[in-house]
Amino acid sequence: MAESPSSLNRFYVVLGVLAAVAVGALLYLMNRSSTPTVPANVKVEASDTAGFRGYLLGSATAPVEVIEYADYQCPACQSFDVVEFPYVKERLIQTGRVRWVYRDFPLDQPHKWTRLSAHSAACANEQGKYWEQHSSLYEAQPEWSVSNDAGDMFRDFAQTNGMDVAKYDACMSSLRYAGRIQASSDEGLRLGVNSTPSFVIGGRLYTGVQPYDRLRALVDSLAPVKE
Amino acid sequence: MAVTLLCLAGVFLSAYLWLYKLGKIGTLACGSGGCETVQLSPYARFMGVEVSLIGLVGYVVLLVIALLSLQPRFAAAGWPVQLLAALSGAAVLFAVYLTYLELFVIHAICRWCVTSAVIITLVFALSLIELRRRPAPGGG
Repeated sequence: MAESPSSLNRFYVVLGVLAAVAVGALLYLMNRSSTPTVPANVKVEASDTAGFRGYLLGSATAPVEVIEYADYQCPACQSFDVVEFPYVKERLIQTGRVRWVYRDFPLDQPHKWTRLSAHSAACANEQGKYWEQHSSLYEAQPEWSVSNDAGDMFRDFAQTNGMDVAKYDACMSSLRYAGRIQASSDEGLRLGVNSTPSFVIGGRLYTGVQPYDRLRALVDSLAPVKE
Repeated sequence: MAVTLLCLAGVFLSAYLWLYKLGKIGTLACGSGGCETVQLSPYARFMGVEVSLIGLVGYVVLLVIALLSLQPRFAAAGWPVQLLAALSGAAVLFAVYLTYLELFVIHAICRWCVTSAVIITLVFALSLIELRRRPAPGGG
């Protein structure tokens, strides 16, 4: 491999130019998108779930707890959230009869942005804006589902929902909730969840969209309203 | 010189995959979709360390040795080429193991990983050729 000094110098110049082009290409790829990838199947640490058992809505003393396992990119979950959930919220949660627990159950295939959307909601939770971001994600699901860069849209929701965007960005790029999302998914699997939305009510699993009337009937049977 | 260029390509390829795992690059440029399946599988970590990071560190080490072997003061010594052959040989075995995982365990092929396996095999082959062409002084 002994080369003459001049040919070696020429080679170093070529090598330097190639390295510079490659560094430029990587920087371009990094700046092209503000969308990180939230990895699946990460190892869940104890700290990922410490003190966290889902996103809660409603009174801690409500007689019935409903645990919803859902995926922000699942159309049936969107339909439930947009059509049924407003009634559930107004008539069952706000009246103190039901405590709602929302848990992530990301269906990675075929939902490309499911974990990113769940992570976006987790970052919103840090700023006390979980339910605002939750609603924004479901309302605009048809648009971001087909987007090539959903992360930018989630960031816009964060801004619209009054979050500190710098803090939100730092949270998103840290991917600190990947383990929590995985833990939630693992727990759903343990409970027998295999589709979304699924609901655990009074220890039983109900799959598919549950209309408000059916949910109310279930709640009535578990905790009858005192006459 | 070809080895040096190949190692440089390996450095950037593994850096690209590692940056993806860090979430710094949105999606991988991969027509088949197999890249993300492989990168997000539990096998993308080896003994707790990201395979792409192992690749990055390995290629940087090989690149430094390849650059040293080009230097006139090391040109006469055989050790840089011997070291290059030994390390790239070990890396080829690792690449064989990873390709086995892709084909028979994960059932998905990541074209970037295949490219890396080809690069490291070429580095190993070229190092062996160089070793045979110019045996180390005092060596067999």
